[in-house]
Amino acid sequence: MLIPGPWAVAKGIVELAQRGLLLKYVVASLFRVTWGYLLAVITSIPLGLLLGWHMRGEKALNPLIQVFRPISPLAWIPISILWFGVGDMAAVFLIYLASFLPLLVTAMNAVHHLDRIHVNAGMNFGLSQRQLVLRVIYPAVMPQLLVGLRIALGVAWLVVVAAEMIAVNSGLGFLIMDSRNAGNRYDLVIAGMVLIGATGLVLDSGMRRLENLKSLRWGYVRA
Amino acid sequence: MTTKSVAVVAELATEVKVSVRNLDMIFQTDGKSVSVLERISLDIREGEFVCLLGPSGCGKSTLLNILAGFLRPTSGEVTIQGEPVRGPDPRRIFVFQERGVFPWLTVEGNIGFGLFKLPKEERAARVAYYIKMVGLEGFEQAYPSELSGGMKQRLEVARALAVNPDVLFLDEPFGALDSITRLLMRGELLRIWETERKTILFVTHDIEESVQLADRVVVMSARPATIRRVVDIDIPHPRDLSSRRYIELRDGIFEEIGLAHKV
Repeated sequence: MLIPGPWAVAKGIVELAQRGLLLKYVVASLFRVTWGYLLAVITSIPLGLLLGWHMRGEKALNPLIQVFRPISPLAWIPISILWFGVGDMAAVFLIYLASFLPLLVTAMNAVHHLDRIHVNAGMNFGLSQRQLVLRVIYPAVMPQLLVGLRIALGVAWLVVVAAEMIAVNSGLGFLIMDSRNAGNRYDLVIAGMVLIGATGLVLDSGMRRLENLKSLRWGYVRA
Repeated sequence: MTTKSVAVVAELATEVKVSVRNLDMIFQTDGKSVSVLERISLDIREGEFVCLLGPSGCGKSTLLNILAGFLRPTSGEVTIQGEPVRGPDPRRIFVFQERGVFPWLTVEGNIGFGLFKLPKEERAARVAYYIKMVGLEGFEQAYPSELSGGMKQRLEVARALAVNPDVLFLDEPFGALDSITRLLMRGELLRIWETERKTILFVTHDIEESVQLADRVVVMSARPATIRRVVDIDIPHPRDLSSRRYIELRDGIFEEIGLAHKV
């Protein structure tokens, strides 16, 4: 059994656009990713920075982190349905879980690579604790964090599809499952895959753009 | 001869700025204790340029870090203008090797870093003044990664001077520069010191450098560092590096350290 060719897939994408589903599904998937990912960023990065700063906290929590890390986010599907029911919340929760640990580990590592000289210089100029975090620690770890943020966004986007296959009735993951179930429309299945890839590419290149900011670029060119 | 002794008396009359009393530093590593500094006592007068000279790893940087308040000594006391040192303080700025500039800030951002308490216009004026002083005009918006080593070093000195500290701690500031730039930077530093009259403590392992710059050279031993001798460099600036007195003082220190001055 062959899969539909590029022409059929292109027509499939046009058909989705005409039915008003193209934008709707992409936006629905982006919506879930944005929420799950942002919640993970907001919670894991401050926690990771804090744990990385206080080595003892990290040592205490590290075994727990390493136990959770190999568990695929997909293994959490039953539990997320149990807790949040079938719907957006369950999907958002899965994406949150998938992004949380990679971001936490990135933030901890970023603090370890902090140059002590910069921290000392900051303290020397009489900064308060709060100012030190905002004006030295945060900008100093930013280049490394950004790499982790990019990777985690990729992971979040991977998981959104899986999450939508079971829990919701819109989005690109849903499109793929639904097209197969409702009449074996493999042209639309592949159209869904193409759209996932294209959206992922756009997200990634957006993040890559940030790496070119001059205030961050120093972290990537090592002399 | 008489004019010289008058000058010495005048210098002695200025007040003691930094006072170090019976300083010991012992580091604990892997259950072993390593003595790094032993019985260090030293007075530095206001406006004086003092070089701490010693072999690499002898503990002179540790001493500087204690004076700046980044490390606590195991015993002994450091007072600056009579106040015990309890931590880093913007009145006393530590200049690291060029690595101390913040790579995420522009030249302007770096120089203005310590001026957050000033109103905007005053800050801008101060930043412009010090950019000019260290010759970085035209590079205001440049990031450190776009600057040469010497420029980064000048940037860091400017950032330190901008907050108008009384004391500057310089930790082998020119160590990473090529020899030509290093020589130029020494000239610049002396020029700045002569106009701004800061008290300067300068750590180096370069004998020539110490004799070129300092009013006094504190010669330290290998670890655990003790003060072997304090040498007065009684040559006025600008110093003639081929003068007899210069060579005499330099060779005296070479001998003190136990190096035959031959290659």
